[in-house]
Amino acid sequence: MLLFMTAVAKPVDTGDERAQLLITRIRNGESSLFAELVKPYERRVYVTALALLRNEADAEDVAQEAILKAFTYLRQFRGESRFSTWLIQITVNEARMRQRKRHAELFEPLAESHNDEEGTYTPRDFADWREIPSEALERGEVRAILAKALASLGQKYREVFLLRDVEHMSIEETAQVLSISVASVKTRLLRARLMLRDILAPAFADGWFSRTPFGKGSKPW
Amino acid sequence: MVVNCERVWQEISNYLEGEVNPDLRAAMEAHFRECKHCTAVLNGTRNVIHLYGDDRSLPLPAGFTAGWQSRLAEYIPGRGTAFGWLLAVAAVALISGSFALARLDAKSVSALRSYHAEPGSGVPDGMMVEVSADGKTFHVPGCRFLHKHENENIRLIAASEAIRQGYVPCVRCLRQYLNR
Repeated sequence: MLLFMTAVAKPVDTGDERAQLLITRIRNGESSLFAELVKPYERRVYVTALALLRNEADAEDVAQEAILKAFTYLRQFRGESRFSTWLIQITVNEARMRQRKRHAELFEPLAESHNDEEGTYTPRDFADWREIPSEALERGEVRAILAKALASLGQKYREVFLLRDVEHMSIEETAQVLSISVASVKTRLLRARLMLRDILAPAFADGWFSRTPFGKGSKPW
Repeated sequence: MVVNCERVWQEISNYLEGEVNPDLRAAMEAHFRECKHCTAVLNGTRNVIHLYGDDRSLPLPAGFTAGWQSRLAEYIPGRGTAFGWLLAVAAVALISGSFALARLDAKSVSALRSYHAEPGSGVPDGMMVEVSADGKTFHVPGCRFLHKHENENIRLIAASEAIRQGYVPCVRCLRQYLNR
């Protein structure tokens, strides 16, 4: 039974050694290898920009800027963190700069102001979910629901959830990238996860999802 | 230990991370067996992590890879656009011109800065390298074996200029260019 399984399984980043080798060669003059260095992380760069900016055109532009900035400043990368963490940190900074330019904070969703970080978050919806099959993610409607739910979170929750649960960074790396304490990461992560569960529950527990081909009573066998 | 619903909600994220102590874990699991609501919260939260953790949940837009690679190509000489090629040709002409001038002024090349130093060969002339005033070797930017005085400003110059001034390649960061 799934219920009592614990410990969130996270993929391990095995690209560190490869990245270090490529960085050495790039610093020695083989600049064209930079595209090869960044390719495995391009999705993470884009998703980070998208989750922060909530606008696909801005996200694409900022993601490109972040990659070019990483190329320009590669010689300043000292290897104190993983290359992927450094690259995502640049992306977060670029996205925040773009937000400041556009005064995006004026349009932050209400979720942020209505849920202060210190108090206990009380779940609103207690409908139980069935396990959602991974194949559901092949469907555009499901991806759209997930993207909309994530975009509706306040920025400080969105950032933490993104780095930990979408980018699979550790709690400590998340704290480092966002320049906040480990305790703040844990508090915000808890709220982000519970808020998303509440937002998605009507769709996945008892509503939209049960009317899809994956729902009860509509099995093809 | 007995825990109520509120405590379970506070700890549910840590529980999923495997970061609660064994006593609390046992108490929470006992609570889940009795409480339908908290079980629903646990299952839903786990589903959230599972769905968003899948790469397919937020896919790359078509053309994204081509977009950044095309912009990057403009930053890297010798690749990509016609403008890039033009720039590369101009750079080669400039470097060749510098060589011709350097040959005319061959006597101005300094002696090696160290008696024991080993001159290199094949170092790309246009490669930018770092040197310090009293150092004997030149380095790729960021090499930790560059020695300098406190508050000294490191100079970033072309490798050809560093060689002209008597610097030799660092045995660590530029060892592939040493004559061995």
